[in-house]
Amino acid sequence: MNRSLFGRLWPNVTAAVLFVVFVFPVYWMFATAFKPTGDIISETPVWFPTEVTFEHFGTATDADHFWTYVRNSLTVTVLAVVFSLIIALAGSFALARMRFRGRRGFVIGFMLAQMAPWEVMVIAIYMIVRDASMLNSLVPLTAFYMMMILPFTVLTLRGFVAAVPKELEESAMVDGCTRAQAFRRVILPLLAPGLMSTSMFGFITAWNEFPLVLVLNKDAGAQTLPLWLSSFQTQFGNDWGATMAASSLFAVPILILFVFLQRRAVSGLTAGAVKG
Amino acid sequence: MTVQTERPPSGPADVRRTDDGGSGGPTPRAASRAGALAPYLLLLPACAATVLLLGWPLLKDVLLSFQNLNMAQLIQHVTEWNGVDNYKEVLTGEDFWRVTLRSILFTAVNVALTMVLGALTGLLLARLGKRMRLTLLIGLVLAWAMPVVAATTVYQWLFAQRFGVVNWVLDKLGWHSMADYSWTSSQMSTFFVVTLLIVWMSIPFVAINLYAATTTIPGELYEAASLDGAGAWRSFTTVTLPVLRPFLYATTFLEIIWIFKAFVQVFTFNGGGPDRLTEILPVYAYIEGVGNQHYGMGAAIAVLTVLIMLGLTAYYLRIVLKQEEDEL
Repeated sequence: MNRSLFGRLWPNVTAAVLFVVFVFPVYWMFATAFKPTGDIISETPVWFPTEVTFEHFGTATDADHFWTYVRNSLTVTVLAVVFSLIIALAGSFALARMRFRGRRGFVIGFMLAQMAPWEVMVIAIYMIVRDASMLNSLVPLTAFYMMMILPFTVLTLRGFVAAVPKELEESAMVDGCTRAQAFRRVILPLLAPGLMSTSMFGFITAWNEFPLVLVLNKDAGAQTLPLWLSSFQTQFGNDWGATMAASSLFAVPILILFVFLQRRAVSGLTAGAVKG
Repeated sequence: MTVQTERPPSGPADVRRTDDGGSGGPTPRAASRAGALAPYLLLLPACAATVLLLGWPLLKDVLLSFQNLNMAQLIQHVTEWNGVDNYKEVLTGEDFWRVTLRSILFTAVNVALTMVLGALTGLLLARLGKRMRLTLLIGLVLAWAMPVVAATTVYQWLFAQRFGVVNWVLDKLGWHSMADYSWTSSQMSTFFVVTLLIVWMSIPFVAINLYAATTTIPGELYEAASLDGAGAWRSFTTVTLPVLRPFLYATTFLEIIWIFKAFVQVFTFNGGGPDRLTEILPVYAYIEGVGNQHYGMGAAIAVLTVLIMLGLTAYYLRIVLKQEEDEL
């Protein structure tokens, strides 16, 4: 009896401890961001803020170029995702629906491309971009971010296209649609959830990218939020309130996307795969 | 972000009729030729982008690694080939080997911790009741979702010398020498925090994927096992483990790749310091190449880094490729 009580208790206790371990850093980020400075630099930590202030968010958003960084990040990320979706959609349709010589090779190629070591390719990319006189521009950044998420997008969309029953497409073609029309009217609407979750993952990757923009864009006017955040603490000394406010501002869009995505990420992407 | 072994069902596309031409359009031959070209045309943009934006930089990196390219050559736009000099310098120097060893150890420790703790957390998820499972899942997803740079900044604050929570807790626990400890001041303490950060960020992916895999195991298998008199441990090794094995392989492989390249965490936490003692290979390539403006040397280090990474993952990569070839 005693043992079974223990047996029921320990998983829950462990889970509670783990929950605290995983949530605490995130909680502390938000808590610090909203705390008055006096509570941040106190000898005893204030675990639960009693007073809420937006002062730190003001400091963060009033920082030089903040809105430029926001605009740059959004531009680069959204364009990269849109371009990669368009390009990937065509390719994934061919890979999922058509039979042709070399298909296997293409799939393997994209799988390898997905593992590209971007972090160590920055020197070569720097040289290429410099020789094209395009340093401090958002164009190469968009292009390379597009490429970073393209293989994943192709491979994932391929799964979603393959999951649309072929009969639907065929019956549309029997009813007089061309293949392109059948694609646009029948497959595309059914792909909406797939396009959504794929693009969210792309968004997260591009939004977070750090090494490439670090090397390519030294001009403040062409930098993005991750770079700003990484240098924020140095610029603002030990203003942890403002630093945590800046981190929160940067993290919130991704946290929201992820909560939306979580169900689909786990059930859609992985469950579809388990069947493999 | 998906696991590599994941493979969408290939769908009925494979059983396409082969007698397309027979049903009779006016120009069956031309139509089928256009049809045969269609997949290549559809793939063309993706392939062109890959060649231009991924293939070319990779090739460029190899080319640069055979050049003497420092600040002077960079400014004057001259190309000076110097054969294998960069490689000779890198491979005969002591630094490279030290950094390589450090990188491999760093990866091994982080991957081992992530996999063991992640797998245990995944199994725990499968054991929990509904409410507690959802709670823990929310916690895991929050940690998973934290952008890397933001997470690193938060860890800098948690481990801050003054007013950092961790130092306060250690002090209260009776470890008074830690009250004003600077975590960035030594190699081991920097690695400690970076490891904690990486393991914290990586566990959710492993745990959630593994938990998802356990949900695919039919309950009847466990019933059958217990009818056969298998205890908890035996049914774990005979039922659970075989199902999870491919997932464990796949996630280990991905974690090796990701952690070996953990540039952002190491670089933004302490810049590879103190005294360049926490540089791992990608950071070393960056600091030698871009920081110290020995671009040719940096490129050579990058090439070697890629080779080492391929070596570390070759075993699994072969399995994946073979599997892919069999199934397509």
